[in-house]
Amino acid sequence: MDETIVKTEEQEFLEEDICVAENLVYRKPKTLTDTDLHYCPGCGHGIVHRLLMEVIEEMDIQDKVIGVAPVGCAVFAYNYMDIDMQEAAHGRATAVATGIIRVLPDKLVFTYQGDGDLAAIGTAETIHTCNRGENILIVFINNAVYGMTSGQMAPTTLPGMKTTTTPFGRDVKITGYPLKITDLVAQLPGTYYVTRQAVNNAGNVRKAKKAIQKAFQYLQQKKGTCFIEIVSNCPSNWKMTPVESNKFVEEVMLPFYPLGDLKVPKEVQK
Amino acid sequence: MKGNEALAEAAIRAGCDAYFGYPITPQSEVLEYLSREAYNRTGMVVLQAESEVASINMIYGAAGAGKRAMTSSSSPGISLMQEGISYIAAAELPCLIVNVNRGGPGLGTIQPSQGDYFQATKGGGHGDYKLIVLAPSSVQEMADFVRLGFDLADKYRNPVMILADGAIGQMMEKVELFEQQPKGGTIPKPWATTGKTKDRERNIITSLHIDPKIMEQINLRLQAKYREIEEKEVRYESYMIDDAEYILTGYGLGARICKKVVEIGREKGYKLGLIRPITLFPFPKKAYADLATKIKGILDVEMNSGQMVEDVRLSVEGKVRVEFYGRMGGIIPTPEEVLEHFEKTFLKGE
Repeated sequence: MDETIVKTEEQEFLEEDICVAENLVYRKPKTLTDTDLHYCPGCGHGIVHRLLMEVIEEMDIQDKVIGVAPVGCAVFAYNYMDIDMQEAAHGRATAVATGIIRVLPDKLVFTYQGDGDLAAIGTAETIHTCNRGENILIVFINNAVYGMTSGQMAPTTLPGMKTTTTPFGRDVKITGYPLKITDLVAQLPGTYYVTRQAVNNAGNVRKAKKAIQKAFQYLQQKKGTCFIEIVSNCPSNWKMTPVESNKFVEEVMLPFYPLGDLKVPKEVQK
Repeated sequence: MKGNEALAEAAIRAGCDAYFGYPITPQSEVLEYLSREAYNRTGMVVLQAESEVASINMIYGAAGAGKRAMTSSSSPGISLMQEGISYIAAAELPCLIVNVNRGGPGLGTIQPSQGDYFQATKGGGHGDYKLIVLAPSSVQEMADFVRLGFDLADKYRNPVMILADGAIGQMMEKVELFEQQPKGGTIPKPWATTGKTKDRERNIITSLHIDPKIMEQINLRLQAKYREIEEKEVRYESYMIDDAEYILTGYGLGARICKKVVEIGREKGYKLGLIRPITLFPFPKKAYADLATKIKGILDVEMNSGQMVEDVRLSVEGKVRVEFYGRMGGIIPTPEEVLEHFEKTFLKGE
């Protein structure tokens, strides 16, 4: 072994002339691995990964957390998060999470799923897991399109929105209506905290992080299912630049999927 | 005890940590029995899932968390579980899956059948994988194979299936139960996802390997494991084969019928013997191959259209005549009709 002193990334960073400790406002959380993200430039997945790992680091719960990765763009989530993780079959993440939390009730289990995974093929698992009130956090990334399979219609695709399988725009007479599954699960007695957030600008990123923090606190208190929808972008499949895609989120997605808490715990309401 | 109840009781005693399942005839007693007996005795988790699809994925989660997990179902339900079973085999998670066969295809009938042999032994889901398949032929074995199944699953990090049929699940026989075992088994599972501690790297349970070179290596490793299982875990029972001229063969309830045929055939002066595979995978190829040059014929009896008979024929490599007799749709063959078929086929040369 080489006996030379190895400096941590943080030490090296702080030793650079331009940086002084008191000015440090941004660094990579230690719970995020060094693996390069495979996501397209401008995609929201990287931000949400970071938020989750920041919260896990700040709350010092790395040894308590078990994540469940989806099928879809985030299928490799376990490559980036330095925590124990299981990769689930398409749509089955909340069933897998149920299996984990039931045998390890003192751990903090979350699933990370896209709109196809959670609101199409996995609708039954999602509804029933929420209805049982499993003590898990469900992170639901809604970018209104199937990203991994390159841009087909999702259950959450907006009316009129063009995808590879709705090339003339989504016609609800043919394909049915967008499924607001977050509104649906908010009605179920098993869910404790249901909120819709976005990561299209700095302010919303901060709010999304707060929501994730709250959710993990509720899991620690064994309150029941926490469900965080995060309205996100898909520059590649929307065929937009990252900036344009965030503008689309702001102007088109958010009026349809308004941000805010859909279900707030009673004790917090007071 | 009823077969299904003996199996459920054995699950508690084998130190099972969690059962996830969905009701389907003829095995619903497993979920019912565990719902009233398990939690209060050992703290075993018992949960009725919303579907077979959900229940097998709950097994995936619990097994990945390092616990002894089990599900049970019957034929149409097992078909729904095949997606999850493929993932579990690929992720090398130990667990126990019980299939109490009913007649198919489709919704079929609730009567006993052995129509799922191919599905159980040849890989019912996508990809190249194998389950270790145990075929009980008595209520006693319904209980014993639960403990054996969990032990084999833990040893090889592989799903194990108990392939029974509706008759074995529903019949009542005396059964001697083993003592309560420690929960979770005794084999350490350092690979399980239990929360990353500072003293180890993170544990990942996955079946995804995009790079074909890595995927092939994973497949080769799985196949090497299956070969090792074939070498070390073959189990079968033989009965009166030493002087036998003809061998009857079958598994589960089929083997019990064959045993009776051997007995009544011997009374008539026919030199009959029996081979009963206990493990359907690994299949006892050598037991058949060793007999092939010493006997005049094999009659395979199953409650299907002829599934295991293909493995029997492969085992003897054409060195001896192999015939088949089967009934389907929930009909159980009688020893008399099997003996008549034997006489017609082998003695009268029809």
